[in-house]
Amino acid sequence: MTRDEILQQLGDRFSRDITSVYEKSAKRVYFEIPAAALVPMAQFIFKDLRARFNIASAVDGREQMEILYHFTAEEADLVLSLRITLPKEKLEVDSLTPVFTAAHWIEREIHELFGIHFKGHPKLERLLLPEDWPEGVHPLRKDYKEWDPGAIRDRGV
Amino acid sequence: MAKTIIPIGPYHPLQEEPEFFILTVEGETVVDIDLRIGYNHRGIEKLCEGQTYDQVTFVVERVCGICSTSHPFAYTQAVEDILSIEAPPRAQYIRTIIAEGERLHSHLLWLGLAGHFLGYNTIFMWAWKLREEILDVMEILSGNRNNYAMFKVGGVLRDIKKEDIPSVLKKIDSIVPTLEKLRSAVMDDPVLHARTKGIGVLSREAAIDYCAVGPTARASGIARDVRKNSPYGAYDQVDWNMIVTENGDVFDKVLVRISEMFESIKILKACLTRLPGGEIDCLVKEIPPGEGIGHIEAPRGECFHYVRSDGTNRPARHKIRAPTFMNLPTFRETVIGGKIPDAAITLAAIDPCYCCTERMAVRNLKGRKLYTGEDLIRLSQEKTDQIKAEMGR
Repeated sequence: MTRDEILQQLGDRFSRDITSVYEKSAKRVYFEIPAAALVPMAQFIFKDLRARFNIASAVDGREQMEILYHFTAEEADLVLSLRITLPKEKLEVDSLTPVFTAAHWIEREIHELFGIHFKGHPKLERLLLPEDWPEGVHPLRKDYKEWDPGAIRDRGV
Repeated sequence: MAKTIIPIGPYHPLQEEPEFFILTVEGETVVDIDLRIGYNHRGIEKLCEGQTYDQVTFVVERVCGICSTSHPFAYTQAVEDILSIEAPPRAQYIRTIIAEGERLHSHLLWLGLAGHFLGYNTIFMWAWKLREEILDVMEILSGNRNNYAMFKVGGVLRDIKKEDIPSVLKKIDSIVPTLEKLRSAVMDDPVLHARTKGIGVLSREAAIDYCAVGPTARASGIARDVRKNSPYGAYDQVDWNMIVTENGDVFDKVLVRISEMFESIKILKACLTRLPGGEIDCLVKEIPPGEGIGHIEAPRGECFHYVRSDGTNRPARHKIRAPTFMNLPTFRETVIGGKIPDAAITLAAIDPCYCCTERMAVRNLKGRKLYTGEDLIRLSQEKTDQIKAEMGR
């Protein structure tokens, strides 16, 4: 399937869901979608377009939180990114783990580092942070403050 | 039959990296596996937000000690994607040369370790001796045996000298006969066949579901290689083959890596002989606001970087996804149902790299948490008791 066919199919099928399309270059396309459309669209991209899930990147945008889900359509040499935005008051989105297992770890990582809840994730436990790390402290948020008075901030010389 | 729990870690007795596997076994068969990582989490993504774009290149070089070029490669691609520029041809060739040299020594390192895990230390000695030769080549080319510091946004930092090329080519040629010997020693050994064939099979369907990358996916019959799917550097200008095998067992993963080494040599020689002239970098001024994605094929699979710029001189967000992050969860498919003695090599077959996967430095707590050897043994025993209690034993 070529790049144009993929974009055509996505545009036809999810015309009501896609808020905006940004074609950054021949190899990179970003779709802005509401959080409710994430699961059906990701499922279509993964199962029908046979694209591979690369990873999800969460971005703390101060007013709201963004998550980008990156997929690669290998035959077409195209990276598709689905962008959803979540309000800071309600950081919750449906989990993609039931659709493909590859999302299992990254959702756990985003959960602990950004404090976003993934509904329907089978095991939303800590992945990287140690057990004595306090609850509710999310290190990759922009408002993160050092909580341990004993820690040395080594910024190098 | 009663279930038994075998803890492996947090210091893995063989892989010499901190990870903690919890194997649940019934008799000799593994029925469940759980994994605890994070012992090596250094918070590099957070660190990158406080560095300038030029400094980040060096920070990400330290994500991994073995594939130290993959991360700067993917990162510079991501920033170049924001800028919509491409490095000049000579820089692309030099980048490819460094990346392939790295793949060569990384695969040799893994092959040696795999032999070591199987109790076949001759392979370990051979492979690592050969790896020294590659490291010498890298030293001639870049000045460093590892952490080459060759990359910058828009090109490379140092040129490859014309007078070095003949000696490097000679050295690479001298490696080939030994590598051939090593290949036949591994491929024709009945003991290795018995230990690796049909062991730790990752099916094609599971590899798709887990989105496995690199040699792990290619051994399961998926033709997935960023170098072919989305050519970057000079990979579309030289002739080489993607190695794909069908069985998905440990033997096929060995086979893919060994065959890939010969392809790497092919690419290295072609790039060195056809190295074009011209500039090695282009002028990069300010990074405009925007976002960029860079992905390249590291020795272990696709390495993925996402960079968000807000127009300042530091990235607003930098997401790093190392290949092992996608390959590690496939343990659940390959280890469960196998025998305990096979678990060690199956766990090692994806060529895991925990440093990459976790990215944090041990926080210096002013000596508040200094443990002696006895303390660690005591803690380890307490932990085992605790896990036993939790699992209802």
